[in-house]
Amino acid sequence: MRQSEEIAERFPDLHPPFEAQAAIAEANRCLNCFDAPCMAACPTHIDVPRFIGKIARDNLRGSALTILDANVLGASCSRACPVEVLCEGACVLHRYNKKPIEIARLQRFAMDSFHAAGGTLLRKSQEEHPEKIACIGAGPASLACAAELRQRGFQVTVFERRPLPGGLNTYGVAEYKLPARASLEEIELIRGLGVEFRYETEIRTRQDLEQLERTFDRLFIGVGLGAAHRLGIPGDDHRDVIDALRFIARYKTSDPPPIAESVAVIGAGNTAIDAANAARRLGASNVAILYRRAERHMSAFAFEYEHAKQEGVRFLWRVMPVRIHSDEHGIRSIECVQAAVGEDGVLAAVSGSNFHFDCQQIIYAIGQSPLLELLSACRGLELSHGRVAVDRATGATSNPKYFAGGDCVNGGREVVDAVADGKRAGVAIAQAFEAAHA
Amino acid sequence: MPKAPDLAVNFAGIRSPNPFWLASAPPTNCGEQIMRAFDAGWGGAVWKTIGEPIVNVSSRYSSIDWNGQRMMGLNNIELISDRPLEVNLREIADVKKRYPKNAIIASLMVESKREAWHTVVAQAEDAGADGLELNFGCPHGMSERGMGSAVGQVPEYTEMITTWVKEKARTPVIVKLTPNISDIRVIARAAKRGGADAVSAINTINSITGIDLDTLIPRPNVDGKSSHGGYCGPAVKPIALNMVQQVAGDAETGGLPISGIGGIATWKDAAEFILLGCGTVQICTAAMHYGYRIVEDMIDGLANWMEEKNYASIEDFRGLAVPKVTEWKHLNLNYKIVAHIDEAKCIGCELCYIACWDGAHQCIYLDRVSGPVDGPVDLHTKPASIEAATRTTITVTPIPKLDAHAAASNGKNATPLARIPRIDETECVGCNLCSLVCPVENCITMVEVATGAKPETWAERTAAEDCKPPALTQH
Repeated sequence: MRQSEEIAERFPDLHPPFEAQAAIAEANRCLNCFDAPCMAACPTHIDVPRFIGKIARDNLRGSALTILDANVLGASCSRACPVEVLCEGACVLHRYNKKPIEIARLQRFAMDSFHAAGGTLLRKSQEEHPEKIACIGAGPASLACAAELRQRGFQVTVFERRPLPGGLNTYGVAEYKLPARASLEEIELIRGLGVEFRYETEIRTRQDLEQLERTFDRLFIGVGLGAAHRLGIPGDDHRDVIDALRFIARYKTSDPPPIAESVAVIGAGNTAIDAANAARRLGASNVAILYRRAERHMSAFAFEYEHAKQEGVRFLWRVMPVRIHSDEHGIRSIECVQAAVGEDGVLAAVSGSNFHFDCQQIIYAIGQSPLLELLSACRGLELSHGRVAVDRATGATSNPKYFAGGDCVNGGREVVDAVADGKRAGVAIAQAFEAAHA
Repeated sequence: MPKAPDLAVNFAGIRSPNPFWLASAPPTNCGEQIMRAFDAGWGGAVWKTIGEPIVNVSSRYSSIDWNGQRMMGLNNIELISDRPLEVNLREIADVKKRYPKNAIIASLMVESKREAWHTVVAQAEDAGADGLELNFGCPHGMSERGMGSAVGQVPEYTEMITTWVKEKARTPVIVKLTPNISDIRVIARAAKRGGADAVSAINTINSITGIDLDTLIPRPNVDGKSSHGGYCGPAVKPIALNMVQQVAGDAETGGLPISGIGGIATWKDAAEFILLGCGTVQICTAAMHYGYRIVEDMIDGLANWMEEKNYASIEDFRGLAVPKVTEWKHLNLNYKIVAHIDEAKCIGCELCYIACWDGAHQCIYLDRVSGPVDGPVDLHTKPASIEAATRTTITVTPIPKLDAHAAASNGKNATPLARIPRIDETECVGCNLCSLVCPVENCITMVEVATGAKPETWAERTAAEDCKPPALTQH
């Protein structure tokens, strides 16, 4: 992987790491709640007071292993999680008129120390079991499932269509939150357990799946989502109309892409904000997010919205793109209309309200489609609204050979949700085989 | 407008503009330091113990940190003054000349010979000391040479040397007591028999503060070895308060002026020592930690409190808490309090719950519910089941738009009812533990409940000819 110095410079840590003594001071603020709300709020139920207490008591290895026991991607989650709505949002100190404990930064401190000391993941069982499990996709859900199974002694192979593992952790999380190298460093520990990775191996067709079914006892589907929704307006096929995830993946894993003076970002979710911030940091002087509805309808987290404003991103509310104008030099503008909610409750264009937003690049982040081609190739796999239908507690699908988790199940949530899904599936698969062996 | 409280004291004949003295220690090592201390507001200073000069080692101090805070307790193996006697005497004279209103006490320690004590007493008084403090308490180094706590641990030696000093002294004599003894009253009585005008308590406590887990060398490290030292600082205050009360409440030594020492760092600490009978207080560790400037708030805080409580002078409240300490057998067995949780203040940390279950009497429960419940509510669930239930819950990240309801229930300022513990008042024994662990001031209070029984102590109950159940008041 190429990681230019320029990217490292332009995307410094949004939340810089703690110095040791500051970490201990912060750890000592933790009340050590019983049945702590932070632990309940974490989808992977990391025992937060326990790992923080271990930092305070100078037991950093114990702290990191506490985190990893619940969440094998504890390092990336400490950087990528929207903790404001998870553990830190649940901290009881909010109700005490005090600052919540900086759980994420403490978690990162414990994990950084663990990596710096050359820590490795522990096995949960020393037994070796013959069963083979294939994890399709090398994103957080598959990684969590693979690690859990391998830690319990099962034989796991991960299939990934891209050249690097990690899925959105490596390719899709804003670099100032989670640098790609940090994601890869963490996955190296999973590889160290003995999980086999096959890169640039796409599983796509029924034939691919049938072959896997013959070799593997169970298949875990952690493939995430598919192609980005396109804008669907005249001119959206111009080469400077870019899918936000591709844009982010490109700057994270290769040289900084050329950026225009003025960039329009369509959509107001968290990915749109990551892309808009990245455009600013890469040098665009005028970056605006265009959203067809009002501020209160945006799907981005409130703190992401605040962050974008601080990065200098502008927001245009209630505008719908209708056409992209370009000439031989490139894109000139995106033509929009004002949108209003009519009496029937439907969003409609206000006639005669057309205007042009001058820009040379357009980034769109208006959602992703499910990977229907693959999902419908799995025999007997029940889907619901394009998502794999599973038992939430086990990740079991309607086909007993298949388990699933992550974005292809939940429609697109956070890294930590995918990890929780993958881990639950790993536990369920392992428990069934272990019971059979007993 | 009420008159500002007067903090001036007359301690066994020693006058001081306020009760705050620096204890005999590194902060009172030389005249230059003491003059700066007086400029900062200290009422008096007990000069670093003078005697035959000694040789010190390095290092000399070690400390206990607690919960990220430095120096909860400090330990030292420094000996008495290492400067020539004449230099100390000359500086005492010089400081006394320049600061006539401040109290200068000479702390003394010489070998246990009558002649030696007579000589040093005369020298200190000739230099202008307002009083003498006999260092019978230093627990390290000097005790190996038959001085310091080697004297203070034997009542006969204490009485004998105090008598020698009193034969010669013209100024008040304070005997400094060591806590490294099973009953401090025995030594206090001996000092009184020897003619002491006052005592000071406590000196430092024998201690090893800790061991370096890499080198396995205890602290402080002197070239690979350590030695037990004298422990002081905030950690020792409760021990000091108890010993001060023992002396103040003793039939023989009650009324003997006491200079309180041990972990005093704030005006509140000082007020507590004075309430237990102390006429002055001595401070060392806090000044070593933060400098002489700490006396400003000691004076200011104490004066403000005195004004609020309508005490015009130190004597107005000195000793008021002494009669409020008694033997256990005189406590009322029929007094009952129970814990009460203020739901509006509770932040839902549930520390009271686990403390009561594991450390007390299992009478706090987590059985409230936050909303409608389908089926019966589980009462009296034990801690392990509660934690296990949380671990198996499926939680997802609330997404704004999709999970408005989940986001709202994760309210930052309201504690869900299900997290507010319930106290079973019929089972509560009124031990205080929950109110001690609760991080929120005044959230858990202990409320008196009428038992209907007349006050009765253990002494009264066992004094009765035959043990009968407590008499109940008939209504």
